[in-house]
Amino acid sequence: MLIHKNYHLTIYAPKYCTNIVKYALLSAAIFLASGCASLGVEPWERDLLAKDEMALTSSPIDSALDDHIYFSKEASSGGKSFGGGGCGCN
Amino acid sequence: MQLKKKKPPVNLKAALTIAASALLGTIPKTVVAAENTTKSKKALKDSSWDFESALLFYSESDRVSAAEAILNGQKTFENDEVLNLKLTVDVLTGASANGAAAQPNVQTFTRPSGKGSYQTQVNETPLDDTFKDTRVQFNAQWTQPLAENYTGSAGVHISKEYDYLSLGINGNLAYDFNQKNSTFSVGLSYFQDTFEPEGGIPLAFASMPAAFGSTIDNSDKKADFNASRRTDSDDKSTADIMFGFTQVINRRMIMQFNYSYSKVDGYLNDPFKVLSLVDSTGIAQDYVYENRPDSRLKQSLYAQTKYHFEQNIIDVSYRYMWDDWELDSHTIDSKLRVPLSRQSYIEPHFRFYKQSAAQFYQPFLVELNTLPEFASADYRIGEMRAYTLGIKYGTTLSDGNNLSFRLEYYRQDPTDAGHKALGALSEVDLYESVNAIIAQVTYSF
Repeated sequence: MLIHKNYHLTIYAPKYCTNIVKYALLSAAIFLASGCASLGVEPWERDLLAKDEMALTSSPIDSALDDHIYFSKEASSGGKSFGGGGCGCN
Repeated sequence: MQLKKKKPPVNLKAALTIAASALLGTIPKTVVAAENTTKSKKALKDSSWDFESALLFYSESDRVSAAEAILNGQKTFENDEVLNLKLTVDVLTGASANGAAAQPNVQTFTRPSGKGSYQTQVNETPLDDTFKDTRVQFNAQWTQPLAENYTGSAGVHISKEYDYLSLGINGNLAYDFNQKNSTFSVGLSYFQDTFEPEGGIPLAFASMPAAFGSTIDNSDKKADFNASRRTDSDDKSTADIMFGFTQVINRRMIMQFNYSYSKVDGYLNDPFKVLSLVDSTGIAQDYVYENRPDSRLKQSLYAQTKYHFEQNIIDVSYRYMWDDWELDSHTIDSKLRVPLSRQSYIEPHFRFYKQSAAQFYQPFLVELNTLPEFASADYRIGEMRAYTLGIKYGTTLSDGNNLSFRLEYYRQDPTDAGHKALGALSEVDLYESVNAIIAQVTYSF
């Protein structure tokens, strides 16, 4: 006989953990956003940030290729950018 | 022979610039006039197209191999308007797990087209070796300042495979504040995909019909095959909304946070995937086509930070994704860029991924049990961990162009989410690992 799921472990527990992770991340984002007025640099202090390699997506081609591989092989996509359609692989 | 004028070397950038401009119907007069003259360099500089090209090979041991080529062109106009055009071509070939469980005997499966069959040896994971596809994709993106501190962007996407068409549009609005140290952005995207798989779309949980050949009269078998199909094509739509927040922390550090909400509706099955229907001893009696819900609601939170040390730059990101299929995942991605000289660097890369199984994931079905509403044995929606370990080397050439090489190892370890393996199934590997090598060359000019 097939045991479909261990409901206690597989469904409820992750949901509970899921909520904790969600709220923790949201709180961190809100906390950082509210304290951001005091963060940052003056325009003449952007020497390092202005470098190409300090861009958040410093190699768009690598990102595009990686997104395509992981979209095809895993059940998650997007997050950094849109994870929409465009491929019949999943 | 000696009198024959030597051909000038082909200037790839010049050729591509003219091609890209011709596509837009905006060949600058200077470029036309300056072609093959000494002024061409200046004209090209004025037209300011930057190109980036890449060739990637992806190869799984005993399974799928793919080659993907990208050519990306970007032009910055006056007033900071940016046009980006991207062409992607990829070729896929090899074998892919068809969802059926390994068995202590040889198994025979019908090819998706119904014409012919393939066999899987004892104790081996069944792989459908008919995969062969070529995809061509085109993207165009226009970005421009809309007002002080506001930047808008809009783009289109089209990709075509032999059996798949995808059309997409997107738009994004970004607002800078706090001396451009903070940015809020909101983006929307919509995709409309049409799937026309070889052999048509099978009915949910229909038994895999016997193969038919072309040499003898197979009208009965053909009729059986057709009876297992409901239609030739189906479609799906994907609507995404994303909110982003970017913050400069200090001279060395920048952070980004995104929240994404994605709604997918329509045909979400994989028409090539089946489940083994086993008896109480774990021996497959039949193979039935999978059935997934016709909608999926995905959400994700993403955080990324980059920090510039004295020389090195570290890039770390984390993504948490969850959906209404009760599947969730954690992804950690990290890169460390280490300069070797003024012209070159190496960049080690580590990625860890972990996902739980979709609620309806089942490695096999049991004959005596009632058929569930939804079921799929596709390991890609089962419980899994995956690791990527890679290294990139980049260098600036004497002409100022950039060349880089990337080599990565990717491993997927599907795991048991608590499904009891019956009889013979406890003797076989139901969760076989997948190993892949990724190799890439990138050239910017």
